[in-house]
Amino acid sequence: MNHGPLIFLAAFIALAGSWFGVVLTPQLNVGQLQQTNTLNGALYPVARPGVAQQGLQVYRANGCVQCHSQQVGQTGTVFDVRVTEAGTNRVALNEALRKVKTGVSAPEAEQLLERLPLDVARFTNREDAEAAVKTLGVGGTKAHFLVVPVGPDMARGWGKRRSVAEDYLFDAPALPGGVRIGPDLANIGVRQPDINWHLRHLYAPRSEVKGSTMPSYPYLFEKRRAGREASPDALALTGKLAAEKGYEIVPTAEGKALAAYLVSLRSEAPLFISPISVASAAPAGGDTNAPAGGAGAATNAPATK
Amino acid sequence: MIATDTPNSSSLEAAGAAIGDPVAEVEASSRLPVLAMFGAGAFWLVISSVLGLISSIKFHSPDFLAGPAWLTYGRVRPAFVDSFLYGFCLQAGLAAGLWLVARLGRTALRPLPILAGAKLLNLGVILGVIGILQGDASGFDALNFPRYAAAMIFGGYVLIGVPAVLAFHRRAARTLFVSQWFLLAALFWFPWIYSTGSLLVVAFPLRGVAQPIIAWWYAANFQYVWMALVGLGIAFYLVPKVTGRELVSHNLALFTFWTLILFGSWTGIPRTAPVPAYLPAISTVTSVLSILTLVAVALAVWKTVDGNLGLLWGSRSLRFVAVGLACFLAAGVMNIVESLGTTGAITNFTWFTIARTHLLTYGFFAMTLFGAIYFVTPRVVGRELPFTKWVGVHFWLATLGMILGWAPLAVGGIVQGRKLLDPNAAFVDIAKSTLMFLRISTVGDLLMLAGHALLWINLGLLALGLARAACQGFVTEATAEVQPAGAKS
Repeated sequence: MNHGPLIFLAAFIALAGSWFGVVLTPQLNVGQLQQTNTLNGALYPVARPGVAQQGLQVYRANGCVQCHSQQVGQTGTVFDVRVTEAGTNRVALNEALRKVKTGVSAPEAEQLLERLPLDVARFTNREDAEAAVKTLGVGGTKAHFLVVPVGPDMARGWGKRRSVAEDYLFDAPALPGGVRIGPDLANIGVRQPDINWHLRHLYAPRSEVKGSTMPSYPYLFEKRRAGREASPDALALTGKLAAEKGYEIVPTAEGKALAAYLVSLRSEAPLFISPISVASAAPAGGDTNAPAGGAGAATNAPATK
Repeated sequence: MIATDTPNSSSLEAAGAAIGDPVAEVEASSRLPVLAMFGAGAFWLVISSVLGLISSIKFHSPDFLAGPAWLTYGRVRPAFVDSFLYGFCLQAGLAAGLWLVARLGRTALRPLPILAGAKLLNLGVILGVIGILQGDASGFDALNFPRYAAAMIFGGYVLIGVPAVLAFHRRAARTLFVSQWFLLAALFWFPWIYSTGSLLVVAFPLRGVAQPIIAWWYAANFQYVWMALVGLGIAFYLVPKVTGRELVSHNLALFTFWTLILFGSWTGIPRTAPVPAYLPAISTVTSVLSILTLVAVALAVWKTVDGNLGLLWGSRSLRFVAVGLACFLAAGVMNIVESLGTTGAITNFTWFTIARTHLLTYGFFAMTLFGAIYFVTPRVVGRELPFTKWVGVHFWLATLGMILGWAPLAVGGIVQGRKLLDPNAAFVDIAKSTLMFLRISTVGDLLMLAGHALLWINLGLLALGLARAACQGFVTEATAEVQPAGAKS
């Protein structure tokens, strides 16, 4: 019996199914993404500056993605309740505080209230946080809760929120990566905004990070005879690394572009899809379009349940 | 209903028998393409393992060969991976598939377009490797060849694949053996996924994360589905053939086929990827369901040898296939570990994922192909390899090298992953704690390279011997003509 056409059909259907599911459907949703608003009303993301876009191509050409991921994950979200301003009824507030923060005596609570803003408690669920804010809001006391993404990546300082599809909108190639032989770079521009640090690090990684296993990239730099005055681009190197007298090490155009790209890597804007509270409570009203959430929380965090 | 054409019925000695014997004709038609593609594949294997060794040394000695741009780790490693995937896996896999299509269907191949296709394919790989080394890599795993190289590889594939499908269509033996299901699906699978990957990710990239999504989809479909289709197709032929038994349950083999193409094609999106949540969710489900494929493969082989696994050890070429099948199962288990929440949280972003890919592409697919090469080559050329003893040496070098390249990375990945979850562990210390594992894996790379050199020399000398034999006739004729001419003057 000839099963040739049957096999062909089987393979066709199986592959077509997965093609529609994993190629076409994502293209129809994330492939059509547009800029979005941050919680502060700014547009996000904004295209990288031209030199940083060239730097992305240097990043691609030299296979930085072979060791570095650019995606931060979070294991959950917690809600920190914070009192910023004590109201007029001190006694009621003291009582409310002891209700929210159990195991605190009245004098201790009074002491705590001396130093505002005070982070009262951390809740894993939004309803509890809202209830606590309500309890604390006696006598004009100003309290709100902050939305705080948590997880090992956050604890490590690699990001403030999880990475989302929007973060890669204007990147071609978009390189979220898959291994962390080196640290995650999704927010390297936040952690290390100094472009000169990046240049020195690319030239001699172990001079900046002791014990680093990153290769050096000498071909992104050139040694040249120094002029009467040192070039503004020249790396500030010391010891063995410094070029001999009369010479200086300067980055090539590629080196500068790569450093500019690294500095441009910041994915910490608070988004509706991946909310965080801006650390210093944003001024209420005025320049934000954040809906007035739980007693002035600067987020529109969806309920966690 | 399902064909019961046991491959046993065709005698091995038929190759090189009298003209007019259909088997001999079939073998003769596939001789040149198969030998050329095996030889070129072995060449790429040597090149890729040299590149692999260099990148492996760079893991623990970052300043080794750090000077020139084209030798930086980020270029050498993708060049190593892609020359292995396309130069060896794709090419030798196609060659073994061609031979099986011809042999099982009792149908002759048209060698000319296939040879032209192989030329184009190899040209594509050459340009691709040079492209990556000079900084044209696309940045996506398994799709790193720049667009000009990808176009050539695709063209070469079509030139090889179309004659293969036509030969399948013309086959004299109409009933189908289960391996033919696998191979026909594989022939059809690759052009679709490769054109999708190359066009939408490399040549005309889509917007944002649509690129990595498709690149992950492609990598899973190539490194898992395509390789499993070809590799299991070979294994389901070789195991019954060499052990002299019938493949016991065709239904099990067909069940393997169905689960593989239905579930395998949806895997590959990492758990934590910054993409819509349904994609990793579906990937996790299908990865877990892939356990059906693993069980079916294990059962089919177990039943065929009737529980006597020693039978798989009996022949040199089958030994490779046996190790390959074991690796297929182990890689499947590793994939499930990666896709589950609790375990995946540890293995994600670590050497563990690299170890799994190594186990799948090398431990399973390359090992199975080695078995196929050592089985097929003597049959198509009608003579033994120049150094038959090297086959055993190669087996041990490849097996030990594969294990040394895999186990330390898998264990090191778990160590690394556990520390990555602990925010108090300094990152530099985490990187340092994996160094010992990486050093051991370099020894594995060295062993594999030695094995590949043996394979390449063996095949090269065989081809040289054949060429010499073929030239012999012409040479005697030519010299015979010269003498009378000289006598005249």
